[in-house]
Amino acid sequence: MNDTEAKKRRWYLVGAIAVASSALGIIAFGNIGENLVYFWDPSQVVAAGDKSIGATIRLGGVVETGTVDWNPDANELEFIVTDGSETVEVHCSGAPPQMFREGIGVVVEGTMTKSGIFKSDRLMVKHSNEYKAPSEGESVEELYKTVEKL
Amino acid sequence: MLGLGLLVWAHYAGLVHEETSEFMMGDVGRILYAHVPTAWNGLLTYLVAFIAAVGALATSKKGWDALVEASVEVGVLLNVLLLIQGSLWAKPTWGVWWDWDPRLTTSAIMVVAFGVVLALRQSIQEPGRRLTISSVATIVAFINVPIVYMSVKWWRTLHQDFSTPETVDATLKLPLRVAAFGMLFIGIFFVVARWRIAMRRLSREMDAPELPDAPKPLTVEA
Repeated sequence: MNDTEAKKRRWYLVGAIAVASSALGIIAFGNIGENLVYFWDPSQVVAAGDKSIGATIRLGGVVETGTVDWNPDANELEFIVTDGSETVEVHCSGAPPQMFREGIGVVVEGTMTKSGIFKSDRLMVKHSNEYKAPSEGESVEELYKTVEKL
Repeated sequence: MLGLGLLVWAHYAGLVHEETSEFMMGDVGRILYAHVPTAWNGLLTYLVAFIAAVGALATSKKGWDALVEASVEVGVLLNVLLLIQGSLWAKPTWGVWWDWDPRLTTSAIMVVAFGVVLALRQSIQEPGRRLTISSVATIVAFINVPIVYMSVKWWRTLHQDFSTPETVDATLKLPLRVAAFGMLFIGIFFVVARWRIAMRRLSREMDAPELPDAPKPLTVEA
């Protein structure tokens, strides 16, 4: 490899680094998250009002305690999603994932109906980054049982 | 080096028998010990590739060029493993194999981008051009790596936030760390082995005479 080639290559290095760092900077500090969100929280859905009706959106929040109603015969799951300030009632078809329970995070994909109920056919559990070992006398099977009873 | 890899592998396998399941996920949660170390080491391998690409462009030395080849290849391998493990974990816990959340989407872009680097290296014959183009491609592909890492902080995701010592129970922390170092040593072993192969190939390429001149006419002798 000759010298002129090596010199040209250094300019490529400068160019590549410049392109890479500016692209990264735009993504990191350009507030992309303000226009592009993976899911809406209940407050945003409520604030959007009629505008949220009809379109396929994702709604994310926490399953409010005491609101879960699972009907195995109709394969229908009803619960309320909250973000602490606003709530949205969700009707889901299909069995919930094993980890689904009261107080856990969920992301549901579906549409807002005129009656104010969010109809979904895709329920995803959003668990936390806390990993704990089972404590004495507490087995996972027990926890699953409490879910099945719902 | 191989011995070290095997030694750590034994630690790694031993973990499966420990009482270190996750309280909400049960045995499924044990994939944490594979998934998290794969992610850490995968991103680390891509960082090595980035440094190697900078070194290759700055010095034009074939040692750096060979390291680009080795680390991108091992990085892609870990990246593919990462997506498979993540998918296997997601189905029983989240309820879906895949969803287009920012963490998952950026990780998929990452494997494609570095896959392109490998394809470029395969398709370019001329060593100098190959060094330049694949190094520039590696640097550009690397911008996505910090984005993958920070995606769970910057945007709303389905994927959980990254694990820190505060979010992982003490009984789970030790096996997680041992597994991370195990993966690290195996990763280093792979990169070094692959670097040696690349070095040999590159040396042979450089030592080879210029192709059009190589075959001497046999009929010159009078």
